[in-house]
Amino acid sequence: MNPKRKKRLIIVLMIVFGASAAIGLTMYALSQNINLFYSPTQIAKGEAPADTRIRAGGMVVEGSVKRDPNSLRVTFEVTDYENKVAIEYSGILPDLFREGQGIVAQGKLDASGTLQAVEVLAKHDENYMPPEVAEALEKSGKMPMPSKEEFNK
Amino acid sequence: MASSWLPRWFYQLASPRWCYSITGKLIPWFAAIGGLLFVIGLVWGLAFAPSDYQQGNSFRIIYLHVPTAILAQSFYMLMAIAGAIGLIWKMKVADMVAKSVAPLGAALAVLALATGAIWGKPTWGSWWVWDARLTSMLVLLFLYLGVMALNSAIESETTAAKSTAVLALVGLVNIPIIKYSVEWWNTLHQPATFKITEKPAMPAEMWMPLLVMVIALYLVFGLAMMLRLRNEILTRERRAGWVKELLGS
Repeated sequence: MNPKRKKRLIIVLMIVFGASAAIGLTMYALSQNINLFYSPTQIAKGEAPADTRIRAGGMVVEGSVKRDPNSLRVTFEVTDYENKVAIEYSGILPDLFREGQGIVAQGKLDASGTLQAVEVLAKHDENYMPPEVAEALEKSGKMPMPSKEEFNK
Repeated sequence: MASSWLPRWFYQLASPRWCYSITGKLIPWFAAIGGLLFVIGLVWGLAFAPSDYQQGNSFRIIYLHVPTAILAQSFYMLMAIAGAIGLIWKMKVADMVAKSVAPLGAALAVLALATGAIWGKPTWGSWWVWDARLTSMLVLLFLYLGVMALNSAIESETTAAKSTAVLALVGLVNIPIIKYSVEWWNTLHQPATFKITEKPAMPAEMWMPLLVMVIALYLVFGLAMMLRLRNEILTRERRAGWVKELLGS
């Protein structure tokens, strides 16, 4: 390669690495703000601000969903398998909402540490399968579970 | 071509005339195979692949969403690499490739975002969330639009190519951010189903049509890129003897 081209190649590489380093550092500094939601452990540690709207995410705890028979009010708990957060919501839940499903709820933490949600979004995992396969896996107890890392970064 | 470690075809590609004739020969193949695979993949994915145990039939939009998202990123990398080759070797054809890829990439990014929104509404319960994956994909679209705007704002073709190549190279950092956003941060978007090191989290009867769709889209958009490139070659080389001869003037 002739020296002129070599010099230009070095400049191009410097642009790419320089931009990557700058943006990488910015991202690292902002990493907590880039997270879409707080995990139950972060909330338990008091990392989530009170009195302001936040998002909390986790797996809906089996057997924790309680629906009010007279209204749309529903209470449930979410977990990252280390800590739990209670959530209260009144409204229509997304189709994928069920026990054992990952969800992200937006709302305010009240004095008792319950999240008063105004919006509940369902998070689906990366596993896809036909219903028959899911049934067979369910029976044999080999259903893939989303890892807890998914909610605790 | 004295003392070079690069293969001969690399230098041949640098000749607009050679590039024009080779793409002319490739186009019918890309059209036939790409069109065929597109129809096969779409019918297979939308009608014959099994439905998902949780999402039912609404997951079938994956057969458009994933290929467009993959291509939007591949085309960006192609644009940045072509731009770098143009900067380093002063290769006119590379500049023309970078220019003709940008609008196609922008269209692909729009398609990926739109199919994602349509998928997000029934599954997540929201058209849009400002999570890291969705936002970085939106940034990709803005980068494409920025490259296109910059290219048309500068009159001189060589200056335009140089500036857009630098912008494309700076924006290249966004590609790994899109890829790893779902691993680095808490996002609503699920992590990747396909990983190089692991078996796909999806049975073969679901991923085979998806693979067909990805290959089909590469061929179809590769075809569109070649058509744009040939147009660009003729426009820029309009004063060259071979173009005048070709156009019979």
